[in-house]
Amino acid sequence: MAVEIHAQAFDPWQAMQHYQQQHITPGKHGACASFIGSMRDFNEGDDVKTLSLEHYPGMTEKYLEKICDEARSRWDIMDCLIIHRVGEMHPNDPIVLTAVWSAHRGAAFDACRYLMEELKSRAPFWKKETLKQGERWVDHNTQE
Amino acid sequence: MTITVKFFASLRERVGKAEARLTPASGMSLQEIWQQTTPVAMPDNTLCAVNMEYVDHNHIARDGDEVAFFPPVTGG
Repeated sequence: MAVEIHAQAFDPWQAMQHYQQQHITPGKHGACASFIGSMRDFNEGDDVKTLSLEHYPGMTEKYLEKICDEARSRWDIMDCLIIHRVGEMHPNDPIVLTAVWSAHRGAAFDACRYLMEELKSRAPFWKKETLKQGERWVDHNTQE
Repeated sequence: MTITVKFFASLRERVGKAEARLTPASGMSLQEIWQQTTPVAMPDNTLCAVNMEYVDHNHIARDGDEVAFFPPVTGG
């Protein structure tokens, strides 16, 4: 299990492949489900130029680890990985990766969804958008 | 006793500081800590943490605690 906060751009596909090579025993998993969230260039009807992501160092990692532990106790999964960006980013930049490895697809799909939904509601990150008209904090997450 | 208080994101900007230190004589609720730290009214949707665990506004902070106030989270 790994939780990483990156201040610089990352490649989620490369990160997933690297993690699998390093940590997942070949031949033992039959499923890997992943979610990648990336930056949109629009929100609430406005064009968004850049996004700045702030977090609470320490508490963020603690909650991401807690969420991974919960997923491992609820589903029969082998391993999971969460990577989340902080700092300034641009449209199309990956923001978050959640990935889960398991023997069968059901647990991988369900646990991956759980990691993402819990991250969005509990992990202390905050987004600030730069628009043509200036800056604004994002005050709520979308439902799904 | 010493309590460290941290503000994040829009609350940090609204309050005008990232961190404060209080030295009360005894334990204080987070509501009282907010009032001692800033004249700004606490927004209804403010979330609180003590030592990096979510708690409610009535939680009593103790010596050495790190208290944090922040708006609803918007990661992912």
